[in-house]
This record gives sequence, C-alpha cells and structure tokens, in this order.
Amino acid sequence: MRERKSIFHNLDWYLVGFYLLFVFMGLISIYAAVYNPESPSILDRSQLYGIQFVWIMSSLLLATIILMLDVKIFSSFSYLIYGVSMLMLILVLLFGKVISGSKSWFHIGGASLQPAEFAKFATNLALASFLSNLDNNLKTAKTVFIAGFILLIPTALILLQNDTGSAIVYVSFILVLYREGFSGNFLILGFVTAILFVFTLMVGKYLVLGIIAAITIVLFLITQKARKNLFTLFGLFAVIVAFVFSVDYAFENILQDHQKERIEILLGKKTDLKGAGYNVHQSLIAIGSGGFAGKGFLQGTQTKYKFVPEQSTDFIFCTVGEEWGFLGSSLFVFLYLGFLVRLLYAAERQRSAFSRIYGYGVASILFFHMAVNVGMTIGLAPVIGIPLPFFSYGGSSLWAFTILLFIFIKMDSYRLELL
Amino acid sequence: MKSNYSKRKYVIISIFLVIGLVYLLRLFYIQVIEDKYILSAQNNVIRKETIYPSRGLILDRNGKVMVANHVVYDILITPNQVGRMDTLRFCNLLDITKVQFIELYKKARKYSPYKASLFVGQLSKEDFAYLQESLHEFPGFFSQKRTLRYYPYPIGALNLGDIGEVNQREIDRDNYYSSGDYIGKNGLERFYEQELRGQKGIEFVMVDVFNRKKGSYKEGKYDTLAHPGKNLFTGLDAELQAYGELLMHNKLGSIVALEPSTGEILALISSPTYDPALLVGRKRGENFNKLLNDSLKPLYNRALMATYPPGSTFKMVNALVALQENAITPDTYFSCQGKSSQPIKCTHNHMTPLSLENGIQQSCNPFFWQTFRNILNNPRYRNSHDAYEAWYNIVKSFGLGEKFNSDLMFESAGNIPSKAYYDKAYNGQWNAMTVRSLAIGQGEILITPIQLANMAAIIANRGFYYPPHLVRAIHTRENLTKSATNKKTVSVDRRHFYPLIEGMEKVAKVGGTASRASMDSIVVCGKTGTVQNPHGRDHSVFIAFAPKDNPKIAIAVIVENAGDYGGTWAAPITSLMMEKYFYREIRRKEKEKQILEADLIPK
Repeated sequence: MRERKSIFHNLDWYLVGFYLLFVFMGLISIYAAVYNPESPSILDRSQLYGIQFVWIMSSLLLATIILMLDVKIFSSFSYLIYGVSMLMLILVLLFGKVISGSKSWFHIGGASLQPAEFAKFATNLALASFLSNLDNNLKTAKTVFIAGFILLIPTALILLQNDTGSAIVYVSFILVLYREGFSGNFLILGFVTAILFVFTLMVGKYLVLGIIAAITIVLFLITQKARKNLFTLFGLFAVIVAFVFSVDYAFENILQDHQKERIEILLGKKTDLKGAGYNVHQSLIAIGSGGFAGKGFLQGTQTKYKFVPEQSTDFIFCTVGEEWGFLGSSLFVFLYLGFLVRLLYAAERQRSAFSRIYGYGVASILFFHMAVNVGMTIGLAPVIGIPLPFFSYGGSSLWAFTILLFIFIKMDSYRLELL
Repeated sequence: MKSNYSKRKYVIISIFLVIGLVYLLRLFYIQVIEDKYILSAQNNVIRKETIYPSRGLILDRNGKVMVANHVVYDILITPNQVGRMDTLRFCNLLDITKVQFIELYKKARKYSPYKASLFVGQLSKEDFAYLQESLHEFPGFFSQKRTLRYYPYPIGALNLGDIGEVNQREIDRDNYYSSGDYIGKNGLERFYEQELRGQKGIEFVMVDVFNRKKGSYKEGKYDTLAHPGKNLFTGLDAELQAYGELLMHNKLGSIVALEPSTGEILALISSPTYDPALLVGRKRGENFNKLLNDSLKPLYNRALMATYPPGSTFKMVNALVALQENAITPDTYFSCQGKSSQPIKCTHNHMTPLSLENGIQQSCNPFFWQTFRNILNNPRYRNSHDAYEAWYNIVKSFGLGEKFNSDLMFESAGNIPSKAYYDKAYNGQWNAMTVRSLAIGQGEILITPIQLANMAAIIANRGFYYPPHLVRAIHTRENLTKSATNKKTVSVDRRHFYPLIEGMEKVAKVGGTASRASMDSIVVCGKTGTVQNPHGRDHSVFIAFAPKDNPKIAIAVIVENAGDYGGTWAAPITSLMMEKYFYREIRRKEKEKQILEADLIPK
C-alpha cells in the first residue's frame, strides 16, 4: 500500500484541470488589467503579471509538494496546524504591518504574507478533524459549542486585525455544519435573519413590523394549528419585533461608518458615486459596457485606463466582464459552478468523514469567495474586500487556495484507502 | 448515522446553482439588456474636445482691423473625476479663494458630475503658463484653448458689439451652442453672428482616469475640423470714428457720417461711449453692470435709438415735397414779419420777402409755414387731408418713420404721424393750421440721428439712397451685402434738389446760420436745427454734406442740451469731422480746442 506508483495516481484530473484553467485565466485577466505596452512580456517581473506568473509557478511547486506528502499528515497534525495558524494570527496582531487599514500582513524581506489566508485551510482541517470524530454529534449542544469555538477563534482574531472581509468568510462553514447534521432550521433562521435585516434597513422598521403583524394575525385567523400554539406564535412575533428594533440599533451603533455606507449603497438608499459607491459604479460600467461579446482582449478601456480601482485584485472580474462580455462572464460562472459541483461530488465519494468534511469546507469557502467577490462587482453584494480564488492577483491568497484545494485533491486520490 | 444527512448535498448544490443562476441573470441584464453602462463607459474614456474656430475679424474701410482675436485658456472641470489634490495650491495658481473654489465646484457639480463644464474662464497666456506645468496634478481639471476679442482701438463699442457666454434661451434656440460658448450679444457681433462664428470642430480623445490624453479615438474617424469665421469689411473709418468720439467727449448726443453714394456708415458715434475692451474677459459681467447702471446710459445707442423732433433740418424735406407737388417754385417769395410773424414767429433778422434759397439760409419759420400751408392747401387735391396723404407718402420715401433694417441692431423707427393719427386725435377736424408744427419739424414728428444723416445723404445724392449700413462686404471685399446693393429712390425729382442745395451752401457760409461749419477749400452744404427740449436746454442739430458736387460725406450731429441754435455746437463738430475726413488732420486747432474743452453734460 505504501508503494505508490506516482503522485498522479488516482488524481482527479477534473479538479486539477479546473485549477490550471482558472489560474491561467486569472493570469490573462491580470495581464489585461494592468497591461503595459512597454513591457508586453507576460513574464516581465517588473509588472504585476510577471510577478503573478512567479506566484503561479511556486503554487504549482507547492501543489506538487502537497501531493508528495504522506496523506496522513493532514489528519494527524490537523490540530497542530490549526494551533500554529492561530499563533500566526496573534503574532501578526503584534508585529504585523498595516496595509490599507488592516493589520494583517507580515512583511518579510520584499514579500508580504497574510496569515488570515492560511488560517482558512487550517481551520477547515481542525473542523474536519473534530466533526469526523464519531463521538461528536452536531445534535448536541456540546459539539455545536466546540465546533463554533473552532470557527470563532480565527474569526475573532481576524476581526481584531480589522479585516472584516476575511473574517466573514468563516460564515461559509455553516454549509459544512449543515451537511454534517446541524439543524437546517439554523440555515433558515440565518436566511430569515438576513432578509429581515435587509428589509428593515430598506423600508424602515415600522413597515416591516406592520407586515409581520399582519402575517401573524392572518396565521392566527386561518390556521387551527396556530391557534393551538398561541404561545409559540406570539413568542415568535415578540422575537421578531425585538430583532427588527435591534437591527436599527446594531446598524447605527455597531457597524463602522464605511461598512454602513457600503450596505446603504448596496441597498440603493444612498448614492455616492465619487466616494464609497465609486468602486461599484465603475465596476458596473466596466462589466456592463462589455456587452454580449465583450470588447476583446486588451481592448477594455475602463480597466486599461484605470477607472476601476483594485482591478487586479478584488475587482479582477471586471476585466473578464469588460473584455469577454456576457459570453465570457457566463462561461466563467458555468465553469466555476462546474468546479464547485465537482468538488461536492468528490467530497461525497469519500469513504472517510474527515476527507468529506474537509472537501465540503473547500467547496464552501471557494463558493463564498466567488459569490461575494463576483456579487460585489455586479452590485449584488456589499463591497467586501476578499479575492476571487485563483484569479485575483496576490501571492498569499493564491498559495493559500492552492494548499486548501490540493490537500483535498491529495485526500481524494487516497479516497479508497482512507477511512 | 451521519449518512442520513447525505441528501443534504442537494440543498447545498441547489444553493450553489441558485446563486449561479441569479448571477447569470444579473450579468445578462447589465451586459446585454441595459445599455446605459456602455454610454457611461464612453463618457469615462472618450472626451469630446471642442475646437473653437477663430472668430471673423472686423475691418474698417481702409483695412484697419477694428476687432481681432487673442488666445486665452479656459479651465474646465469634470467634477466626479476630481481627486485628492492640493486645493490651496490650485487656488493660488488660479488666483481664486478657497470659498470661490468651493462655490465653483458646487456649480459645476450641479450642472453635471460627469460632464465637463467651465470652471474658470479666460486665463491669459501668461497666467496659464504657470498653471499648465502642474495641471496634471489636479485630476478632473483640464484646459481648453479659445480665442477672445481684442480691440486695437478703443472705439466703436456699440457698433461693433460684444460677445458673451450664451444663456439658456440662446442654447434652446440654436443647438449649435452649448454651455460656456460665446455668442454675439450686441452690434455687429450679434447681427453677423452666423458669419463671424465659423464652425466648431470636434475632436474625440481617449483619456484615462487621471484625465491624461491617451490618443485620438478611432484614429480621429469622428473628428471634424473647425472652420474659421468670416471677416466683415465695414465702411467705417476708424480714424473718423475715433475723432468723432473724441469730439463728443463730455457731451451727450450722436454723430452719424455716411458715404452718400453707397450708404456706408463712415462713423456712428453715440456719446457717452465706452472702451469695448471693458466687455471682454473675466471682468465682463462686472463692467456690464456698471455700464448698465450709469446714469448717462452709455449702453444706449443714441445714434440709432434716440428719437428727436428734427427741428429746422426738416424744413428741407418740406421744401422738397412742396417743389415736387408744385406747391412752391424756386421763385416763390414769402414775406416774413420777424418776431411778430403769425402763427410761427421768425427767430432771425433778415430781408423780406424771401425765396427758398434765402429761406433755407435764414431758416425762416414764416417761409416754411407758408410753404407747408401751400402743400396742404394744394388745389391738386380735394382737400387738405388728401394733400397731407401725398405729403406723408413722399416723406416716408426718405426712409423716415421706419427702420432701415440693414445691419443695425436696435434701431428706432421714429415717427411720421399718419392721416389716421390726426383724424383720431382731432376727430377728423384738422387742417394745415392744426398741424403747423410739422412745418418746422416739431410736434409729433420724431427722427433718429441716423435717419437725419440719411436725409443729408439723400439731398447729397439728389434723390436716392442706400439704407445706411455698417458692413459692405463679407468674407471677401467683393462679396457685397444686401444692404450695399439695395438702392432706393425717393419720390422727389432730381431737379428739385438743386435750388435747395444752393440754399444749404449759403447756410455754411458767412452770413448763414452755420458759418461755423465753413471750410476754406471744400464747399459744404448744411442745415441747422434746434430741437426744443421740454426737459432742459434745447438740443443742437446740424446736417451737412460735402463737397457740394460729387459729395463724399453726409453728416448729422446732435448735441443734447447744447442750447442756442444748431450752429453753436453741432455745426463746428460737423466741420471738424469733415476736415478730418478730407484732410486726415486738423489745421483749425483753435476750433478743435474749443470743442474739446466744452463740457455740455447737464449737471
């Protein structure tokens, strides 16, 4: 069993293929976004695309190394890896460098490293390790509590770095918990909460309360069951009322000004095309002006002339939308969905719960990143600065996502042996 | 029993797919259905730069440039491209305060956050030179070159007119204009706006987010060239205009000098006047308000708009009508009882009885009363009303009581009372006696200075005129304007002018009412007038032409509140104007000094 023919044995070539395709598409997009006619070589290391090429090459090396490692390392050392990762998050708080308001970067030599990116796969490993233990059952409060604790530590530490975007990513683990038996009601509760939150801010609390009261009365009048459960019905009503009132309070007092602004702009309550709304507005212009077939490679005027900020990192999707049009961006969405579905498929075929949970974690994290990142460029999500996996410029995120994915690919190639 | 939950994968896949589908729909909407983003994208990168053509020049009859162009720079702003910058330094470079900066910014933003609009206009080449070097440090601001009017001589302000920024009404009326463009507001600039303005050109350039030019859009496929405006060749004599303005300094009134054979205006002076340069550049608005509120009304073009009873100068028209209607002949003598004449007394001492020639020389009121009475009591007509109608028609043929409609802005028509007017005023019961004031150019009759000058030109031409006009040709000297070829003949035969002109010659000689108008070698024919002014001292009027044969100039001069008779002030001014026109220099320095020193503005 130990004698493996090659690291490529039993490898899921679909996932590897998707990975290589995305990394390549990302490089092309970065090239187009920051294209400098004086340095047209994609390998020119004085340009962002040249640097990204180096990151890609090193990521491939990293992926190869992961594939060569003993697969048992990940399950055995999952808590250790988690612990080291959390330590890094603490260290960066103490010794990190502040970049655009967030104290989340280590500056070593000429390179910058963002521990929060690496905390994702570490947390995923720890969670998978914990939940795969047969003693733990998400129906019990204790398990839920500990699982929540595993997630809360990195979330809190990253929040302390003032990197809200990276912290919010941990919300995505709710899908993993759900898959492993966590009550679906919480998923619904989360959904309802989000809807109530948005509606309260959009139309005002009194209108929302009116609607809720109306629904309660109608339920009371038309259903027998509701009348029997009078206590539950009105208890629920009271909770909702309290929540609606707290939304206003939370919005006004807990959120920071720039966060409030981003939410208000997303909800259309405020337009500030020069300030906080500028990014989204320009991003919409870039993508929208791509039209059906796009403007063509290197022909995107909005990105080329730098109207879209952060165009190589958080707003990289604009380049895709502008230069390749609806054809290109819908192809992107299809490819990404295909990738995610393939991940779920691969996760489900694992014999080991650890691998399966880890696989779900990978899919959830990548999905959340894609949904928020693309959503923000097309005005469907608030501006949260998180990268588009494999596309956005940046070494830390590319390395971290490569590690995240290839640990699973490694596990998957051992799916028949791991239990 | 964890496998129980394996069905939950469908829920999770569904969430993925639903989000994916929502995103696809959204992308389809913004990329395929909604096209506002394409427009916004073009607004972002394509900047339409207007290439302003140089405005046509205005030249005088000797080819001297009276209105020229010089280059200035406008600073434009695209508010939503304004970024982080050293505002204080920018204000210093533009020489504005921070408060003004904020105000201007707000104004531009109100106009449009995306579209460029004027921020600060008309920086001189020198001022702009400093700013130009660092303009790239101020995102959202860019410069545009344009030309501004420049006046080599500080004269002829009201004739030449001025240009100013278009207002909303003008933009609505003609879509050639857009906010910040300039348009002729008065005078020739306004009348010949279409010819002077030329054709704007458009250049599309690609810019980046910092508004740096990145090249032309589609290799200039959509660019259009600017066509310069056409030059105006006027009949004005810049030197004469300048001299006239000088003579009228500290006086209220007008001088109009025409070339009789062509109707070209040699000089058109309304006093007080102003330096046309006052209405150019950044101080335009401020200066305009000052002029507008000046109690002496320098913006009011008296030469075209002020109407006066013509006084004795009108006697010549009456004489011509009488001769044409055979109501008198050159040999008709009328008597004058001097100050005891009825119903109009004479103001001069002279022989009696007297003929037309002497009647004109002496401006004898009784002579012209009797002439006028003969016109209205002409046996040719059934009654005096019909005779009046005949008088009226001939008078109108002199271009009186109506506008010339050549190229003069804001003319007044003046007034020649019609038969219907008197029928109404006197209930149909009126006769020569009732309207006797007309005999000596008083009463309801009102004439503008330019009409008066044209009257002199008609007499000089012995019966025809071209409507007085400023511009003789456009674009080339040969391309004559309509006014320059619009010859009109009056309803008085040529032969009737000769006896009149003999009388006018005597006016300007020693013994005439305007001996002050005399010159040594050129025979001047003239006629004085005094306009009764119920508000103050009488106005002094003089019309003249010279030389007697083949006249080159016809003039009307009105000096308001000058008192006395036309001969006192108006005649010597006329004489000096003629001397200037014929000799280009003034030898009668004493006479000139007397006029220049006179201050006739009522205090």
